[in-house]
Amino acid sequence: MNIVVCVKQVPDTAAQVVVENGQVTWGDAPLVINPWDEFAVEAALQLAKEHGGSVTVLTMGDESAKEAIKHALAMGCKQAVRIEGPADADTLVTAQVLAAAIQKIGDVDLVTFGRQAIDGDNGVTPAMVGRFLGWPVFSLSATIPEIADGVVTVQRATEEGRQVVEGKLPAIFSFGKDIGEPRYPSFMGIRKASRAKVPVWTLDDLGLSALLPAVSWPEVMNPPKREITTEIIEGDSPADIAEKLADKIMAEKVL
Amino acid sequence: MSEKIWVYVDQFKGEALPASWEAVHAARALAENLGGGVTALVFGQGVESLAQTAIHYGADEILLADDSTLADYRGEAYAATLAKLASEGKPQAILFPTTTRGRELAAMTAADLKVGVMPDVTALEVQDGRIVATRPVYAGKLLAKVVSRTDPQIFTLRVRAFGKPALDESRTGTVTSVEAVLSEEEIPTRVVNYLQSEGGVSLTDASVIVSGGRGTSNNPSLTPPPDITDEKEQEIWRAQQGFKLIGELADTLGGAVGASRAAVDAGYIPYSHQVGQTGKVVSPDLYIACGISGAIQHLAGMRTSKVIVAINKDPEAPIFKVARFGVVGDLYDIVPALNEAMKKRLGK
Ligand SMILES: Cc1cc2nc3c(=O)[nH]c(=O)nc-3n(C[C@H](O)[C@H](O)[C@H](O)COP(=O)(O)OP(=O)(O)OC[C@H]3O[C@@H](n4cnc5c(N)ncnc54)[C@H](O)[C@@H]3O)c2cc1C
Ligand SMILES: Nc1ncnc2c1ncn2[C@@H]1O[C@H](COP(=O)(O)O)[C@@H](O)[C@H]1O
Repeated sequence: MNIVVCVKQVPDTAAQVVVENGQVTWGDAPLVINPWDEFAVEAALQLAKEHGGSVTVLTMGDESAKEAIKHALAMGCKQAVRIEGPADADTLVTAQVLAAAIQKIGDVDLVTFGRQAIDGDNGVTPAMVGRFLGWPVFSLSATIPEIADGVVTVQRATEEGRQVVEGKLPAIFSFGKDIGEPRYPSFMGIRKASRAKVPVWTLDDLGLSALLPAVSWPEVMNPPKREITTEIIEGDSPADIAEKLADKIMAEKVL
Repeated sequence: MSEKIWVYVDQFKGEALPASWEAVHAARALAENLGGGVTALVFGQGVESLAQTAIHYGADEILLADDSTLADYRGEAYAATLAKLASEGKPQAILFPTTTRGRELAAMTAADLKVGVMPDVTALEVQDGRIVATRPVYAGKLLAKVVSRTDPQIFTLRVRAFGKPALDESRTGTVTSVEAVLSEEEIPTRVVNYLQSEGGVSLTDASVIVSGGRGTSNNPSLTPPPDITDEKEQEIWRAQQGFKLIGELADTLGGAVGASRAAVDAGYIPYSHQVGQTGKVVSPDLYIACGISGAIQHLAGMRTSKVIVAINKDPEAPIFKVARFGVVGDLYDIVPALNEAMKKRLGK
């Protein structure tokens, strides 16, 4: 089975991301694989093990995206491709580029994604790629898909609980935490990954001409500082504190 | 271009999610600003009554696709129908609630129409006749103004960011039936079954959330039953006693139970309760954090709550920096006492 996993490189969750002189910056905080994409890699590796086949890591990003690729390779993916994409890509552009790359890789049976990239917080790319390829989309898959005779069965997470859905391959999946913790890279994996040669494709290689993003960010701001004065509630006993706190909560008129 | 604002009504088994009406509310405000009308899209099977409710909440016109192929939400069937309607009707914008279905459908529709999509926005304004949205990015560490140069402009609206409209049963509007575009054979997926969820108030809709963290396991005076001998199991048992207290307080306040990742990872409570960057992003009117330190990833999920209350033993815990009210104390003392005090005030 031919599996592709799409990963993105993002600033670490602990990074202090701020706007300085109109520029988004996270200082010297490390760049890491998008945390949700680790679940996508985990799912891909489990599927490859179960059904035979290999996993190709696909990312669109500049040179610096190598950390994300390395992490996925170190977890056990066999090869990787990096697309040198436009720096101003929105999700519409990203999805078209990834779809074209998946077609170029060829004979792909399924593609796994993370549910959301924690920089832009869009959570739309998997569904868009699915539409560009004309493949069914299983967003927010909560289990490792079961596959028999080209038919997939998977549980999807929704507000109301889980929806059990079936469909045919090739297909698109996005994953979150429900499938269980992603594996750690092994020492062997890390060594292999550091030696891996990652081919770089350009838009030309994908037969795409310059793609104009639809969505732009004319302004990025630090959120307004919330002026919060914390009032520490003290008292003689828990009951006394609770009474005072209850009065304060009632006075806020939020109930 | 028409100044029509379209809005998608997300429903499950004939019941609309409350966020759908918030989206109708936002659509109404935009339409009034732009001098146009609101068209609500109601898809499903046996959902005519939702069309009337949408009118009562502020829609002028309904496009109703009522068909057996639309009985269960399936992105492929819904998007094909929506994209066809939009390419004919040419709305200026389509608003969706940011529900799991709404976000997926917005993405699929945008791809079909080859236009941009702006998910999970918290504010909308009109500048020179174009809609500009504000959306939190980097887990709310920054706010971005976003605009799309393509039409229709597609947005999904963050739950609870736009307020709910008043129901006006005297409002009238037109309902137009439209066809589903795909036949059953053309739809590549099939819904086999639904599995029960745990129930309770949904976190993202809740106006009150009481959350527990790793601190819930810290009550040495509790003695686990003798048949629990494993240390890890004992810890989980202790934490669950803490979450019981938290659940009781949440019940009294008509709210939902949240948790930190540490509590989820340690097995105290299922993942569906996790609040934070890799859990749910919530913005209730009241958020009570019990035994939660306030790590940056947790704050990312709750910092826009209106009133935050922190109960923590450690006066240095970072959660106090975002809290309106703080209690430096043991959650095992404070939470049950607060429950009693609130019960009295709420007449429960
Ligand atoms: C990629 C990534 C994603 C993450 N995503 C999330 C996320 O979505 N959500 C999230 O919450 N975290 C997330 N985290 C984890 C986060 O960094 C913290 O580890 C976590 O939030 C800590 O949980 P906690 O506050 O319950 O535990 P701790 O930090 O251990 O804090 C426990 C607190 O309880 C207090 N306490 C102890 N006993 C009592 C008592 N009896 N009464 C009162 N107070 C008591 C202590 O003083 C302490 O402040 C993420 C981390 C990473 C790396
Ligand atoms: N530049 C990219 N390269 C590869 N995969 C991506 C890229 N951007 C997004 N993705 C994938 O799409 C998912 C959702 O991203 P987003 O829609 O941007 O939130 C991510 O978790 C990745 O799996």
